[in-house]
Amino acid sequence: MRAVPLSYILRNLWVRRVTTMLTAGGMALVVFVFATVLMMGAGINETLVATGQPDNVVVLRKGAGLEVNSLITRSQASEIENVPGVATDSLGRKLVSKEPVVLNNLPKRGGIEVSNVTVRGTSEIGMSLRPQVTIVQGRMFRPGTSEIVAGRAVTRGFANVDVGQTLHFAGRDWIVVGLFDAKRSAFDSEIWADTDQVMQAYRRSSYSSLVFRLSNAASFPMARQRIESDPRLSLDIKPEQQFYAEQSERMAKFIRLLGLSLSVIFSIGAIIGAMITMFAAVASRIGEIGTLRALGFRREAVLIAFLGESLGLSLVGGIVGLLGASVMQLVNISTVDFTTFSEVEFRFHLTFLISIQTILFALFMGVVGGFIPAWQAAKLDIVECLRAA
Amino acid sequence: MFLIKLLLLNAFRHRLRTLLTMAGLVVAISSFGLLSTIVEAWYAGVDATSSTRLITRSSISVGYPLPRYYAERIRRIEGVSGISWANWFGGVYIDKRNFFARFAIDGPSYFPMYPEYKLADDQKDAFLKDRQGAVVGRKLADRYGWKIGDSIPLRGTLYPGTWNFTVRGIYLGTDDKVDETMMFMHWQLLAETIKKRTGSSELANQVAVYVVNIKDPSRAAAISQEIDTLFRNSSAETRTETEKAFQLGFVAMSQAILMAIRAVSFVVVLIIMAVMANTMTMTARERLAEYATLRALGFPPFFIVKLLFGESLMIAAIGGAAGIALTFPLSVAFINQTGGLFKVFHVSGSTIAFQIAASLMVGVVAAAWPAWKMSRIDIVQGLRHIA
Repeated sequence: MRAVPLSYILRNLWVRRVTTMLTAGGMALVVFVFATVLMMGAGINETLVATGQPDNVVVLRKGAGLEVNSLITRSQASEIENVPGVATDSLGRKLVSKEPVVLNNLPKRGGIEVSNVTVRGTSEIGMSLRPQVTIVQGRMFRPGTSEIVAGRAVTRGFANVDVGQTLHFAGRDWIVVGLFDAKRSAFDSEIWADTDQVMQAYRRSSYSSLVFRLSNAASFPMARQRIESDPRLSLDIKPEQQFYAEQSERMAKFIRLLGLSLSVIFSIGAIIGAMITMFAAVASRIGEIGTLRALGFRREAVLIAFLGESLGLSLVGGIVGLLGASVMQLVNISTVDFTTFSEVEFRFHLTFLISIQTILFALFMGVVGGFIPAWQAAKLDIVECLRAA
Repeated sequence: MFLIKLLLLNAFRHRLRTLLTMAGLVVAISSFGLLSTIVEAWYAGVDATSSTRLITRSSISVGYPLPRYYAERIRRIEGVSGISWANWFGGVYIDKRNFFARFAIDGPSYFPMYPEYKLADDQKDAFLKDRQGAVVGRKLADRYGWKIGDSIPLRGTLYPGTWNFTVRGIYLGTDDKVDETMMFMHWQLLAETIKKRTGSSELANQVAVYVVNIKDPSRAAAISQEIDTLFRNSSAETRTETEKAFQLGFVAMSQAILMAIRAVSFVVVLIIMAVMANTMTMTARERLAEYATLRALGFPPFFIVKLLFGESLMIAAIGGAAGIALTFPLSVAFINQTGGLFKVFHVSGSTIAFQIAASLMVGVVAAAWPAWKMSRIDIVQGLRHIA
């Protein structure tokens, strides 16, 4: 079977530039929205995956679910340190970080609004449990002082969180001595200070959570068995990655639902746009179609030619939309998580898979929008066509 | 009359194209409405506030405990006519997905402060008499099929253990802006249980928020300041604001998402504008010869402009009207999917006004380019043109 030359298809798009532009423009907007929603989901995922370390374990009070809901007493904490399987560092210290976690209102940068920042009491061990966290400016806080270090997203979003500045909360002044980068994990949206200082300032006698490293990730079931079977402890234990994934489930679900409904609704609009254009293309070229058929091109060739035109249209829309979406990578979104009520920052993250999905989505719209008109064109009778011209 | 008939006949000359364009409009206008309804639902808590209520909470963050004895000290402030308090109970009902607000409240003082929660007197008495009693909103009761006397088991998150509550009352909102998806239980029960478990009356007598009733709304700022000054430099400093400001604080937290949704809702309108403009451009191009004939017959260029705008606006109006009608079932379907994330969800008058404005704008913008072009056609060229 002889195919209609590609140049014929492309030049047809060019001849009707305004229409092509409008149709492709509409599709580009749909593709843009589709891609940004997927990118938002990927960004949240990226933040959460980066937050958990594979061999770290989080311990909370039974049923608490969130760090801020949880209370762990000092005696419970020392029991945990003796659980078999807890890793030790080169100095022989147990890699267990006992952390009070508090939500604290702080004013946002350049406004009167306040939002919740997670304030975490931690230590040198807590730092070493999170290798993704590195101090990028200033230095680490000194134990036993009212010094704090802040994540990058906190500096960006909140007022007076630069090295050398002072923040007032929990009844005292805290000096920002350093900024840390947590590689886009949720820690980027936290303020860290010395464990005992945080406990004193907030008048707490118990920790919120315990994080420890397993000497070997495979020993998790054993540690869980040991902790959950002890009725005196009444604690929950979870791999850190799972813990963070569960935390933002609700928000991720909302964004997925919204994204899905939007994509479906929008794509209907864009498919209709493509259909209108292709119907018009077929209607205005009836004579041409007859001529093509008379020249010996088969019905299939005509079908493919018109489908090709529709695909070309959607490909232009897809590429333009994707280019627009890739610019969105520069944007960071900071919002309060529905579950934890603390501020988290994430970005629009464009992955290779999303690019492929987006282009396929655009082509899908082209096929669906173009098929019926192309089918109609292929079914036309040669004589009728030539007479109509 | 003649003009309208001509417009109608013109609009439906390409029946398929016009119907497709209208379908596109329906989709766009209804999703625009859905999105703006979602944004408004976020603000629902703000609309339902009263100017005579202040909220006092810890300056650290909402939910950080304040001592219970603050109630007596706040009550003594001039201009304060009542005080009540509540704790966020948290908890899980069967599964984490069953999300609704649960507050442990001081029964005797709480309901008088919220006249918008209508609770029958006998139900209220039954609730006050039963330590394990609970009052739930009508929508919540409908969602889970609860009736008076039913038992509701909750797995504690903030307060460990399994708790069983008995439904003693179902409250109704005085209007559709009132949140009917909350569950209330006794603060007293919480305090007693904590006391028994920990032996500490300091831990037991904790309050997350105080609701302060004031006589004169114009003194809200002064009284707020007075309350906060009272506890400044104490072990638990407070932050007092009007109920409205308090709710707005919550909304502001999700601002980034709200802005994204708003932006998307404008993109929808842009998309449909492109589709519609395309339709009108094609229509105009096909009728070039016709318009040239009209001009040759002596109709002024403005007549052609009128024809195009009229046709475009007619399509936009029909599509827009159908889109507005579809917004209602669409919103209901969406809310059912989100599983209680939104408490109050209704399509407002301003949403509909915006939808009408958007449809008209689409109609006008879509016709602008072809109308401009067609009003300037060369008659001879046009007559020669074969569509």
